[in-house]
Amino acid sequence: MINTMECAADAQSLISISLMKIHNSRTQRGGIKLHKNLLVSYVLRNARQVYIKEKYAEIYRMQQYEEVMTVCNEIQELNPLDLDAEDAEDEEQARAACCGEEASLCGAACHRGAAQLAVHTRAAVSALPDCCPLEESSKEPEPCYYRSCCMETSPVSQCEQFSANSSAYCNKTTVLDLDTHVVTTVENGYLHQDCCCDALQCGQSAQSPAKKRKVEFGCCVSDVEEISDFAAARKRAKREDCSFFHPDYTDTSHISNLISIFGSGFSGLLSRQADVEQICSKQVLASLGAWTRAIVAF
Amino acid sequence: MKCFSRYLPYLFRPPSTILSSTCHTEADIISTVEFNSSGELLATGDKGGRVVVFQREQESKSQPQRRGEYNVYSTFQSHEPEFDYLKSLEIEEKINKIKWLPQQNAAYFLLSTNDKTVKLWKISERDKRPEGYNLKDEDGRIRNPSTITSLRVPVLQPMDLMVEATARRVFSNAHTYHINSISVNSDLQTFISTDDLRVNLWNLEITDRSFNIVDIKPANMEELTEVITSAEFHPQQCHTFAYSSSKGSIRLCDMRQAALCDKHCKYFEEPEDPSTRSFFSEIISSISDVKFSHNGRYLMTRDYLTVKVWDLQMENKPLETYQVHDYLRGKLCSLYENDCIFDKFECVWNGSDSVIMTGSYNNFFRMFDRNTKRDVTLEASRENSKPRAILKPRKVCVGGKRRKDEISVDSLDFSKKILHTTWHPHENIIAVAATNNLYIFQDKVN
Repeated sequence: MINTMECAADAQSLISISLMKIHNSRTQRGGIKLHKNLLVSYVLRNARQVYIKEKYAEIYRMQQYEEVMTVCNEIQELNPLDLDAEDAEDEEQARAACCGEEASLCGAACHRGAAQLAVHTRAAVSALPDCCPLEESSKEPEPCYYRSCCMETSPVSQCEQFSANSSAYCNKTTVLDLDTHVVTTVENGYLHQDCCCDALQCGQSAQSPAKKRKVEFGCCVSDVEEISDFAAARKRAKREDCSFFHPDYTDTSHISNLISIFGSGFSGLLSRQADVEQICSKQVLASLGAWTRAIVAF
Repeated sequence: MKCFSRYLPYLFRPPSTILSSTCHTEADIISTVEFNSSGELLATGDKGGRVVVFQREQESKSQPQRRGEYNVYSTFQSHEPEFDYLKSLEIEEKINKIKWLPQQNAAYFLLSTNDKTVKLWKISERDKRPEGYNLKDEDGRIRNPSTITSLRVPVLQPMDLMVEATARRVFSNAHTYHINSISVNSDLQTFISTDDLRVNLWNLEITDRSFNIVDIKPANMEELTEVITSAEFHPQQCHTFAYSSSKGSIRLCDMRQAALCDKHCKYFEEPEDPSTRSFFSEIISSISDVKFSHNGRYLMTRDYLTVKVWDLQMENKPLETYQVHDYLRGKLCSLYENDCIFDKFECVWNGSDSVIMTGSYNNFFRMFDRNTKRDVTLEASRENSKPRAILKPRKVCVGGKRRKDEISVDSLDFSKKILHTTWHPHENIIAVAATNNLYIFQDKVN
């Protein structure tokens, strides 16, 4: 597994750097070096995997947080006298919602509730032995993250097939053909036209539950801001994650935009420097597509 | 282990450069160095397509201290920049590799290659010239036949030694991708040229045909996962060659098995250590050079951080692994940004296969003694390169307190890299190319 110390921010900058290298190689003397571009595409692929993994982990944590908040809100409304009766139910909800490393998160989120109730919830969480589905899933490769967003039956099979084929690092290559401007993805020898359309469909089908969560989360945003335990950086990340499942990002328009940018010689992007790199890589990442570009010249 | 001490007072500079060490043109950057099989000649190729050949001075009793100095013997323009009109691509004139043919007569032959074309050059001496022609006078002007009253036989008269290089063969139009290596067969009749995806076999006499013996181009280029990075013939077995890949593997092939050697007969690869996995694992495992030992029993490979010695009888792991500059492992991200991570270092055996050498950054180069397991880091620089000065071992300080004379990792100059080195086939003389300078070091004479 790639060292988890390298966070999503590094992955994003690596993606930008790699894209620039591929672009620059088109104009360098002597023609495009196949070997160098192949190696750059590997870095691009690795960075993308880490970035997506981090994003999904973030989303998963947010989902857990929402559920915890829901539980806490429900607990708050309870009559204190009804505590014992509801405890077992709360435990189960907390078990489903929280993970071990988020114990403090749960604790903080429930801070608004009555102190007694918070203590109960925290105790319930910490008492649970294997309350870390996130850690479990982090041992497995990507499949579980896709699975978390694909709760509908019909797309799951596609996702499972997609995820089942991927190993610790997936064997797919996405290539932009410079002549025809067609994006093709090859996975384990199978050709997909942008295989992450599968993932996108999963995302689409999961939209209704995602939307619901989004609305609930929207209520909680102010709560998030008030809670001092949350780092300021996470706030923005969470808001971005809200838009992650926004319908506009589920189509392939951003991929084709990038293709046209490449086709026009990247000059449009180069008009603004660092911001542009950010925008370019964010657009590409947000599209959820397997857009790792191994630009093969011949 | 022998210490390299005596510095031969020769710093090669092409005539066009200014005598300042900081200012040089891109064309003067040395791109390959190679001793011939006797060690008498040393050839260098540069980015400008030129080849400069040095010859070792004969020992003379009158000047024993000048024993074994290398002086310029011949300079010629091997390759010119070209333009491929079909693909709208410029073809660089940079000399990627030079390989000598063993000497069979008075002339010397070498193969030099750029990205697309291999050329066979003949370097010969002329120290006599014919004089006394009948139809033309000494200036070359045609004589009026009516003034000729008698005939004479032209005779050879001594003249100043002239070394001339002529292109005897041009092997072209056989490679779609960039040629990375050439290797002469021990049969002295054939050679191979290798690009990213193919290995072609040539006969030295035939230029309009070559046989493709390895082709790893996938039917669908989108499935490309690895390229060939280097290939070499076995030093004794004329049917065996090895090629290395960008995935860190080496394949040994036998040309007697089949016409197309896509199927290897031995496959050398060490499984990756999952604990060291990073964004750049694929890059640092890519092999940049592969060399057979002189005795033909071992293979040496160079990847970004290590040199490995493989026993041809053991495919699952290398016999020895040497860390060249492991302190760079934590700097891979910045090395990726400045493109240094793509540098292709070469490695070389000494004549007895007991010591291996490779280059590093900051004009450092490293030697590893396979028997004593000792290693040394030396520097090729003007400051510590006075005649007969002993090269002082250098040390890179990894962390903590830096001792005097140590250099910290952050102070390393990554623009000064030693990619190309070569070792005399019989003696302890090494040639090290540092950007546009050539350093020749010799073991001290007892």
